[in-house]
Amino acid sequence: MLSLKQRRSLNTLLMGVLAWGVALAIFFPIFWMLLTSFKTEIDAFATPPQLFFSPTLENYTLVNERSDYLHFAWNSVVVSFGSTIIGMMLAVPAAYSMAFFETKRTKGTLLWMLSTKMLPPVGVLVPIYLLFKDTGLLDTKTGLVIIYTLINLPIMIWMAYTYFKEIPKEVLEAARMDGSTLFQEIWRVLLPMSKGGLAATVLLSLILSWNEAFWSLNLTASEAAPLTALIASYSSPEGLFWAKLSAVSTLACAPILIFGWISQKQLVRGLSFGAVK
Amino acid sequence: MNNNRYLSAVMAVGMTAVASSAMAATKVTIGTVNNGDMVRMQGLSEEFEKLYPHIDLDWVVLEENVLRQRLTTDIATDGGQFDVMTIGMYEAPIWGEKGWLTPMKDLPSDYDMADIFPSVLGGLSSKGTLYALPFYAESSMTFYRKDLFEANGLSMPDQPSWDQMKSFAEQLHKPEEEQYGICLRGKAGWGENMALITTMANAFGARWFDENWKPEFTGPEWENAVSFYVDLLGNYGPPGASSNGFNENLALFNSGKCAMWVDATVAGAFLTDETQSRVADQIGFALAPEQVTSKGSGWLWSWALAVPVSSDAKEAAKTFITWATSRAYSQLVEETYGIANVPPGTRTSTYDNAEYLEAAPFATRTLEAIGNADPNDSTLNPSPYVGVQFAAIPEFQSIATQVGKLISGALAGSMSVDHALKAAQSITLREMTRARYYSN
Repeated sequence: MLSLKQRRSLNTLLMGVLAWGVALAIFFPIFWMLLTSFKTEIDAFATPPQLFFSPTLENYTLVNERSDYLHFAWNSVVVSFGSTIIGMMLAVPAAYSMAFFETKRTKGTLLWMLSTKMLPPVGVLVPIYLLFKDTGLLDTKTGLVIIYTLINLPIMIWMAYTYFKEIPKEVLEAARMDGSTLFQEIWRVLLPMSKGGLAATVLLSLILSWNEAFWSLNLTASEAAPLTALIASYSSPEGLFWAKLSAVSTLACAPILIFGWISQKQLVRGLSFGAVK
Repeated sequence: MNNNRYLSAVMAVGMTAVASSAMAATKVTIGTVNNGDMVRMQGLSEEFEKLYPHIDLDWVVLEENVLRQRLTTDIATDGGQFDVMTIGMYEAPIWGEKGWLTPMKDLPSDYDMADIFPSVLGGLSSKGTLYALPFYAESSMTFYRKDLFEANGLSMPDQPSWDQMKSFAEQLHKPEEEQYGICLRGKAGWGENMALITTMANAFGARWFDENWKPEFTGPEWENAVSFYVDLLGNYGPPGASSNGFNENLALFNSGKCAMWVDATVAGAFLTDETQSRVADQIGFALAPEQVTSKGSGWLWSWALAVPVSSDAKEAAKTFITWATSRAYSQLVEETYGIANVPPGTRTSTYDNAEYLEAAPFATRTLEAIGNADPNDSTLNPSPYVGVQFAAIPEFQSIATQVGKLISGALAGSMSVDHALKAAQSITLREMTRARYYSN
C-alpha cells in the first residue's frame, strides 16, 4: 500500500512521462523534417527510414540557388505582422465592448463570428478571387493582409474577450472616476492588466498567418507569395523531392519557431506578472 | 527666363519618364510545375532575357494539383495573373474550345512545326486548332531489372502481355528479400492510378464510354482488367501498394526493390541516373504490356505551354513559349546540361541524333511508345472521346478521381472489385446525366 506522499510522487512522475511523451510526439515531425533536409533524395525515401546517414548540405545549396528565399520570407513577415497589428487594433475595442458592455446579443454575436471559421474556404474562393481581381488586390501584400486579418479576427476577438472578462469591471470604473478618457482607460489600465493574454493572442495570430497556405497559394503569384507558396513549389509530380522539400520547409519554419521560442519567455513572464491572480 | 528653365526641366523629366516607360520591360508571369525539365527551363531564363531584353520572366512554381486549381480559377474568372500556363493534354483541348486559350497560329518559319510528333500536336488541339506548344511529352513503358531476369532465365519480349507480366512477377516476387515482382501505381487520382488502369483497361478491350457516352464498368472487359490489376499488384506488389504513386514506385525501383514497373517513359532518365539509382546499370526497357489488343496500352501525355486570352502580354508570352519549345532551346539545354537532359518526346530531330540515343538508353523505346499512342483511336471498340489514359471532357477529372478511389479501395481490400465497379458505374452515370450527356 502506497503512502499519500508516494502516490503523489508517482502521479507527478506519470504526469511528467505523459507530458514528455506528448511533447516528443508533437516535436517528432519537425525533428524528422530537419533530419530529412540533410539527407540525399535516395536516403530520404529509404525503407526502413534511416536515422543514421551521411549528412549533406546540398538541399540547402539547391534551394538557395533556385529560389529567392528572402523575398518570400519578407512577404511572410509583412503579411503576418501587418494582419496581426490590424487585427489587434480591431479585436481589442470589439472585445472591450463585448466584455464590459454586454447585451443579450453578445454571446450570439460571438458564436456567429466564430461560426464563420467553420465555412470551408474553398466555398468562397471564386467570389473573393473576383473581388480581389476587380479591386486590384490579386498578388499584393495588402490583399493578403486584409484576408488574413479577416480570417483571424474571430479568434482574436474571442481570446481578447476571454481575457478581458477576467478583469473586474470595478478596476475600469475606478479609472473612469479618476478622470480617465476611454483611450486612457484601455491603454493605461486594460491592456497592461491583460498583456499576458494579449501576447498569446498576438502570437497565435502570427503563427496562423505565417502558416496559412490556402489563400496565399490562390491569391498570389510572384510578387506577394509568402513562404508557404515557396514550400509548395518544391513538390514534384515526377521526381524525388522530399529532401529538398524538407530543406525549404525547415527554412520556412525556422523564423517563426525562433520567434515563438523567444516570445514564449515573454509570454510566460507576462502571464506570471499579470495583475489578474 | 526662370520660367523657361523650369519648363525645360519639367519637359526633360516628363520625356525621360515617357521614354523609360516605353522602354520598360514587359513582364511575363509563367505558372509551372516543379520537375526536372521545368527547373532547367527556369534556369535558362537569363539566356532568354539576353535574347529579348524587353521581356522579363517571372516564375510561379506550384505543386501539380495546386497549379491546376490555381490556373482554373484564374482562367475561369478572367483573372489575368498568368501570361504563360503550363497545362497538359487534358486541359489544352477543353480550355481551347471554351475560348480561354490563344490559338497558336503564325509561328515563326524557323519553328519547324513539321518536326513535332503529330500525335502530340493532335492531343493539344481541338477541331484542328492548336492551343499549346509541347514542352515535353511522355508515354508509358515497362522497366525491368535485366540482372534479375537473367538470373532467373527469363526473357522480356519487346511488348509483353499482361499475362506474361504476371508470370514474370510470380517468379521474381521474393518479399522475404524485399524484392517485389511488380510495382504499379495504386494511389487514387485521375492522373495517378487511373492513368495506368485506363491503359490496362484499353489493353483488355475496355473503354470508358460507349458511342452514346454510357459508361461500361459493369462489362466483362473492365471486370477482367480491374480483377487482374488487383490480383497482380495485391499478390506480387510491395506492401501498401494502394498508396504508391509515381514517386513512391520510383524510390522503390531505384533502391532495387522492384523487378518490374510500368509507368511514364520519363522515369527512364531517373532510373538510369547513377546519382539516384542503385540499379542504374541494370535497367531494361520494353513497351507497355498489351493483352487482347495493343491499342491504347501505352499512354500519351504532354506538358505544354499556353497563353491565356486574359493575358495582357500575349505577344511577349508567345515569344517565350516559341523559344522554350524550339529546336534552338533543345540545343541550349544540350550545351548547358548535357544531351540526355533535352526535353523528350516532342521533336523528331531529338531522336535523329545518334548522340542522344546513346546518352539516353530509353530513347528508342520512348519514341516507339509515343509513336504507338493515338489519342483519337485508343480503344478496341470505337469510343466518342479523345485521349488514351483519359477522356478529354470537363467531367472526366472528377469522375476518374472518384473511380480511382474505389479501385484503390479494392486494392487495399476494403471492398470487392465487383462492388467498386458497380459503384463506379453508378457514379459515372450520375455525373454524365447531371452534365446532360443524356437524360435518365
